Amino acid sequence: MATKISAKNLSFFYGNHQALVDNCLDIEERRVTAVIGPSGCGKSTHLRIYNRIFELYRDQRASGELLIDGVNILDPQIDVLELRRKVGMIFQKPTPFPMSVFENIAYALKLHFKLPRKELQQRVEQALRAASLWDEVKDKLKNSGLALSGGQQQRLCIARAIAVEPEILLMDEPTGAIDPVATLKIEELMLDLKEKYTIVVVTHNMQQAARVSDNTAFFFKGHIIEDGPTARIFTNPKQKKTEEYITGRFG
Amino acid sequence: MKSKRSITTRKWTDRLVRAFSALAVALAVLTMLWIIGTVIAYGHHALRPSFLINPSRPYGIANGGIANALLGTIAITFGAAAIAVPPALLGGIYLSEYKDNRAITSVLRFSATVMMGMPSVIIGLFVYMLMVVPSGHFSGLAGSVALAIIMYPVIMRSTEDMLGMVPYTLRESALALGMTRTRTTLRIICFAARKGLLTGVLLALARVSGETAPLLFTALFADSWPTNYFGGPTANMPVLITEYATNSPFAEMHQAGWGAALVVMMLVLTINIATRFLFRGQNDGH
Repeated sequence: MATKISAKNLSFFYGNHQALVDNCLDIEERRVTAVIGPSGCGKSTHLRIYNRIFELYRDQRASGELLIDGVNILDPQIDVLELRRKVGMIFQKPTPFPMSVFENIAYALKLHFKLPRKELQQRVEQALRAASLWDEVKDKLKNSGLALSGGQQQRLCIARAIAVEPEILLMDEPTGAIDPVATLKIEELMLDLKEKYTIVVVTHNMQQAARVSDNTAFFFKGHIIEDGPTARIFTNPKQKKTEEYITGRFG
Repeated sequence: MKSKRSITTRKWTDRLVRAFSALAVALAVLTMLWIIGTVIAYGHHALRPSFLINPSRPYGIANGGIANALLGTIAITFGAAAIAVPPALLGGIYLSEYKDNRAITSVLRFSATVMMGMPSVIIGLFVYMLMVVPSGHFSGLAGSVALAIIMYPVIMRSTEDMLGMVPYTLRESALALGMTRTRTTLRIICFAARKGLLTGVLLALARVSGETAPLLFTALFADSWPTNYFGGPTANMPVLITEYATNSPFAEMHQAGWGAALVVMMLVLTINIATRFLFRGQNDGH
């Protein structure tokens, strides 16, 4: 299996505080990789380097290398807008834009592509179908995206992210603010989506990691303690810390 | 235990404090109702159609109205908005969205706060020196400039506050789609806060529409229609009220002054109530 993302000695700083220490991690293409660990261990911080979203904040910086398809995306020469088209992100709290269901996706499309009206409509439908949302919203495309339920809003955000044809989807606790039934739908969706996309998901939920992921990386205090196939990590961890965490002895 | 305080005393203290604070609030509300009541009581006699249609007339001439002053006030206030709103919104956007340099931002924010506390009479004097003296004449435009200076920091700060209420995750998710910073700010963040932004502007309008001191030095007054907004004294409500109430020996004029006060009060109350309804839908469910 090909490596899509490769972190090499990745460190991260909030001002003077070092939050990640020499992270090394290979992420396989078209697989779901779960990132687990106790609160504050650096899971989200690590993920937020992949699309350089951390650059919104002045005092945050990363060092080391983060290769996507062999190219170091931390290189200042990299076009961050194009990077973010290729690397979509889903947040814990659904964040539909204050516009209609249709426009939420059409707007994202129009950022990156010049499309005739007809094709725009097709692409919106495709994205909504791919996010298993089409049947629920096809009659309310003109309604505000904010009028949908929490789970639907999250799938709308997924549809919006995949509409722009990314290769990687970053999910930062995508079901953290969503009820169990909606969570299940999103987990099923993730299994569908990995046919086309490389997915990296941060989760607090150990069962979720076990259910959806092929590989798992365990973070602790900014270090990657262990990573490998999920089945092995959960049944036969090599590190004592990993075992303690997955058996619920801390975290 | 000897040192224990009596429960009864403590309970009564509690009730007393509660009662006095409730009374204090009631006093504020009562004062407001009293003012409204007084203005209505004295002003409602004046509200005849001719009063609202006719322009004001010189002392002693019958059937004077306030139409010219009403139009003048509208022109001066909207002129002020036209001058102040665009840069004030941009300034608010800068304070909220571009925190490039904390030191600069905090100096800017502090200056805005100082400006908000600047007595309006001083702003009137300033514009008098700036525009009226050099040009040799009063003008509605000078009045607009004075009011614009008063509105500016108010709108800037309200814009900053309203944009600050939009959750950070919305900015991140827009940027994460590959949107530029500018587009995120203008199309997503400002749009999400649009009701709040409009509320801030309307409240600033309501605030300045009754300002008198700055207009005494700038727009002054004229018994004519406000056709000379750029080049001459321009009728307006606050100065009309002041003139009629203090400079006239005629009961008829006093009456007209009260009527004008009632009209101004109703306009300001309407704007205030309208913004309350507008603001209800703020935040778009985030």
